[in-house]
Amino acid sequence: MATKAQTFSDIRIDYYPTHEHEGIKFRRGHSLPFGATTVPNGVNFSISSSAATSCILVLFDRGADQPFAEIPFPDEFRVGDVYCMTVFDLDVERLEYGYRMDGPFAPEKGHRFDKNVILSDPYARSLGGRDTWLAEPNWDNIYPYRSRLAFEDFDWEGDHPLEYPIEDLIVYEMHARAFTKHPSSKVKSAGTFSAIKSKIKYLKDLGVNCIELMPIYEYDEWENSKPNPVTGEILVNFWGYSTVNFFSPKAGYAATGKFGMQVDELKTVIKELHKNGIEVILDVVFNHTAEGDHRGHTISFRGIDNKTYYMLTPEGYYFNFSGTGNTLNCNNPVVRNMVLDCLRYWAADYHIDGFRFDLASILGRAQDGSPLSNPPLLESLAYDPILAKCKLIAEAWDAGGLYQVGSFPAYGRWAEWNGKYRDTVRKFLKGDEAQVSEMAQRIQGSPDLYYYRGPTSSINFISCHDGFTLYDIFAYNEKHNEANGEDNNDGGNDNHSWNCGWEGETDDVEINFLRKKLIKNALSILFVSQGVPMMLMGDEMGRTKKGNNNTYCHDNELNWLDWSLLKKNKGTFDFVQGLIRFRKAHPALRGSTHFTHSDYVGSGYPDISFHGTKAYQMDWSEFNRSFAFMLCGDHAKQGAIKDDMIYVAMNMYWEGLSFELPQLNRDRKWHVFANTDMPDKESINPIGKEALIEHQDHIIVGARSMVILVGK
Amino acid sequence: MNVSIKTIKDITVIEAEGNIDSRTAGEFERKTVEATQEEDKVIIDLSKVEFLSSAGLRVLLMLYRQVKARNGKIVLVGVSEEIQDVMENTGFINFFILVGLLEDGVKALS
Repeated sequence: MATKAQTFSDIRIDYYPTHEHEGIKFRRGHSLPFGATTVPNGVNFSISSSAATSCILVLFDRGADQPFAEIPFPDEFRVGDVYCMTVFDLDVERLEYGYRMDGPFAPEKGHRFDKNVILSDPYARSLGGRDTWLAEPNWDNIYPYRSRLAFEDFDWEGDHPLEYPIEDLIVYEMHARAFTKHPSSKVKSAGTFSAIKSKIKYLKDLGVNCIELMPIYEYDEWENSKPNPVTGEILVNFWGYSTVNFFSPKAGYAATGKFGMQVDELKTVIKELHKNGIEVILDVVFNHTAEGDHRGHTISFRGIDNKTYYMLTPEGYYFNFSGTGNTLNCNNPVVRNMVLDCLRYWAADYHIDGFRFDLASILGRAQDGSPLSNPPLLESLAYDPILAKCKLIAEAWDAGGLYQVGSFPAYGRWAEWNGKYRDTVRKFLKGDEAQVSEMAQRIQGSPDLYYYRGPTSSINFISCHDGFTLYDIFAYNEKHNEANGEDNNDGGNDNHSWNCGWEGETDDVEINFLRKKLIKNALSILFVSQGVPMMLMGDEMGRTKKGNNNTYCHDNELNWLDWSLLKKNKGTFDFVQGLIRFRKAHPALRGSTHFTHSDYVGSGYPDISFHGTKAYQMDWSEFNRSFAFMLCGDHAKQGAIKDDMIYVAMNMYWEGLSFELPQLNRDRKWHVFANTDMPDKESINPIGKEALIEHQDHIIVGARSMVILVGK
Repeated sequence: MNVSIKTIKDITVIEAEGNIDSRTAGEFERKTVEATQEEDKVIIDLSKVEFLSSAGLRVLLMLYRQVKARNGKIVLVGVSEEIQDVMENTGFINFFILVGLLEDGVKALS
């Protein structure tokens, strides 16, 4: 039967051309799927525009200055707004294709057609033109960002997304190039996707089980490039928050980008990460594109269907809720489908474990810019069957003033970057008054924000790519962004940072000890908090960006991770490694539901209790800067697992304090796991070798220090 | 691109010369599939190949799958450092045994 079926399929009539133009054979194509797809004997092209009057398919051989063919779509090939055509006998590997769209140029009506421009396909699976990082492009290229096909037959050998429960994740935010570009990384193909593989052992040693990659969709590093006013060095788009194509991985991040093999390379890295127990989350930027405002370049969307893809003012200008010139019209059904198609593609074809949505509040705005109470895009993503096991994480604000931390439309699925966690913890760490009661919420997974959604909605972080590194939070009072060429006017001013007495680097032993201690305090709080911890690449080794809190434009040491810091700050690395092991060893730290503040298992203790210098007597007053909490291990995972008692004392007061310890039952004793007031080697103990406390009724917690105990 | 086929003991040796890319991969595929149809010990000598494109790599992987389905083995000989890098970066290398010289390949399959 199988042979027979094959024979029938061989004689399908749509495997053969019906038309010819300049020697190229073609026929009417299939309207779905959108994009360019290989079919027997040819390639099917499909693209939609709600207002174009005609469309031409433009075909190039790889890298050629001029196209080898331009085929107008006969009107009978149009299905509704979709132009579709199957072209035969194309060299799929060498083919570059684009479109010319004709239609009105009437910005006041939302139309910006220009048939002189060759347009990139929004659904292209890979893009040529920026194949090698910062290789000087041909600025006269008539078609700079060239749509290409990709081989989609990768051999995954049984790989599958890891589907860890989100509360078990330890997220490491990483820039694909910055991670290994520094010469100190000592890896082959430094600064590429492939080089990440050489550092998997490092990531496993550290203990993280998820990397969150800053944007890896194709963008143009040359966008808005200019010389550094201080050094003359070229400033580029390094972070990549400016998408040219949503379906294509950035070729310039691939060692094999020059051969057009970035798709296979990235998939190989993901397969290898999964094999080693590490999930991959992508930072995706669906709030705007690289086309800018009315003064920007026409690359794709603007010339295909401006009114559909962008939010426009009644006068036809671009709404700028993203702060970058334009705003993707995410709740237009056509755009919504594109976003959904895109994420499905990355989840299904690249085995991506989750997505973090940049300025996600824009995804909840209506076509006129107003916030929607029930945004269809967010709902579609939450209920999509292909994305069903993917983590969905929102940066729950935008540049248009919408701030939705705690109120992002979640549909039981969406987690949020908890900006309030970051701010509260920073303020508490630097000794600000009136932070204790909010801190009590933050370490519980922010039930004040996520009461009905649970602690797993809270992605806890203290530092991320945006803003100071953890080291810089305690080394700088002010941002130092002069090197960005904007007179230090870019970047946020609400850093909640404290330089410990000296702005920037110093040889002062006491200041350096204090800075290291505050870093250890910060990471201790992060890893004992309920919710999902996320740390910034390099914070485990005291990475600095020299006080620059907005390094988006630097392809240099300001962004590249200096691996020699690992030796210099080995104590910090060991401490973080120990904390991560501690978190993994103690399910009580990884609840999926909020605490009840009661004893529902009969252990004699509530699931969580708060303490001050006197046990069970927390001082909630405004002037207080210290408190402790105790987790009862018998309540771990709602009583399903037995864990130790865990007691965490945080003293951000400038003098040491004695904390009375809660009494333990069942002959258990308090042991010290960590004490940040001690020198590196004594500040943390291996799991199982925590040091017994001599006096079980109290412990001294040093000035601006933390102590973590286990009762067992 | 040229393909020549010979037999050493019970091993089929395919020697390729030139670039294997989208323009030549079809011919390379046709000739190698034909030569290895019933064989379970195959050596592909790439010491005279300068470039393997995505399409070329895919022909190799397809051959690997076919030979493996017969519980056979496939060995690549004389793969240049640059091609090895590309194979490493794109994951193709994990499927193959790579040796330097033809006699090493014969030894590996004997």
